Amino acid sequence: MSDPKIEGLELKPGFKGMASDTASDQTMFKGVHWGKAMMWIFLLSDTFVFSCFLISYMKGRGSTPVEWPNPSEVFALNAFGVPVPLLLIAIMTFVLITSSGTMALAVKYGYEKNRKMCGWLIMATAVGGLTFVGMQAFEWSKLIHEGVRPWENPFGAAQFGSFFFMITGFHGTHVSIGVIFLFIYAYKVLAGHYENGGKKGWFTTMRGDYVEIEILGLYWHFVDLVWVFIFAFFYLW
Amino acid sequence: MTDTNNKEQASTHKIGIYLWIWVLLFVLSFFSYMVDWYQFQGMLRWSLILFFMFLKAGLIMAFFMHLFWERYALVNVLLWPMTAIACFIFLMAAEFKYTLFSRLFYFFVGGGV
Repeated sequence: MSDPKIEGLELKPGFKGMASDTASDQTMFKGVHWGKAMMWIFLLSDTFVFSCFLISYMKGRGSTPVEWPNPSEVFALNAFGVPVPLLLIAIMTFVLITSSGTMALAVKYGYEKNRKMCGWLIMATAVGGLTFVGMQAFEWSKLIHEGVRPWENPFGAAQFGSFFFMITGFHGTHVSIGVIFLFIYAYKVLAGHYENGGKKGWFTTMRGDYVEIEILGLYWHFVDLVWVFIFAFFYLW
Repeated sequence: MTDTNNKEQASTHKIGIYLWIWVLLFVLSFFSYMVDWYQFQGMLRWSLILFFMFLKAGLIMAFFMHLFWERYALVNVLLWPMTAIACFIFLMAAEFKYTLFSRLFYFFVGGGV
């Protein structure tokens, strides 16, 4: 999304452009908002954290001689008296993808300076995220009632609980933090902090710009991205 | 990004592409749920899970996170470190096989030599 035309330097496509970008004077990624570059680097480090969790889960699950609990039975939910495998998890996945879609549209409308659409789409994203956290809280309490603990559970290998609470808990924390920021930025957009050259934010003299919505969107899509991997490895595998 | 030099205009894309990706993500999630619904097992299950997972992750990163339109320097800075994660996965896969082997050996064969 960054502009390839920067004052005095037009990037060629592909690796040639990459070489001149990397070797250019003073700063790399000229024309990319610094906040966006920083958010990407933060997300890269967060990727490593989540990878370590998932890899340790692989190691723990692979190295136990006790049978692993069957996730499609553990996470089944009774609908009309019939146990449906992974029902809640499927709904959570769809809710998170829906909120990711509204966020992508919010970024687009933000760049088009459509204040109302952008603000309300961020609000819808926040509501979707809140729904997700609520369903996750329900899932946690259901499993805790059934006797799942970080050190034991009635379904199989004892490591199951610790990996479950660690991985989904860390992801849920990310979603919760994202929801808080989504509400803040929905307010900021609707209140017009990015209109007419932008209003100064808290603790900064810099003026607001709709690029902040793209940066917020990167974080939110990352949360969805992590869920894709958790859904595949923890719930489906 | 094709028809104008205006900076603001350069940053937006047609709404259709977002809606298409959105629909695709729904369909792919539905398919990956169906993998569990029909209780596919073994290699078929794992390959389908991985296939849908990577497709979904790729779509989110390329279009929702705009990496498809992002410059190469940024894309490469983000994607090359992933090879370190891939190495780590292979290392730990070898490690868990060894741990499982030694557990089975000492639990069931016994270690009192």
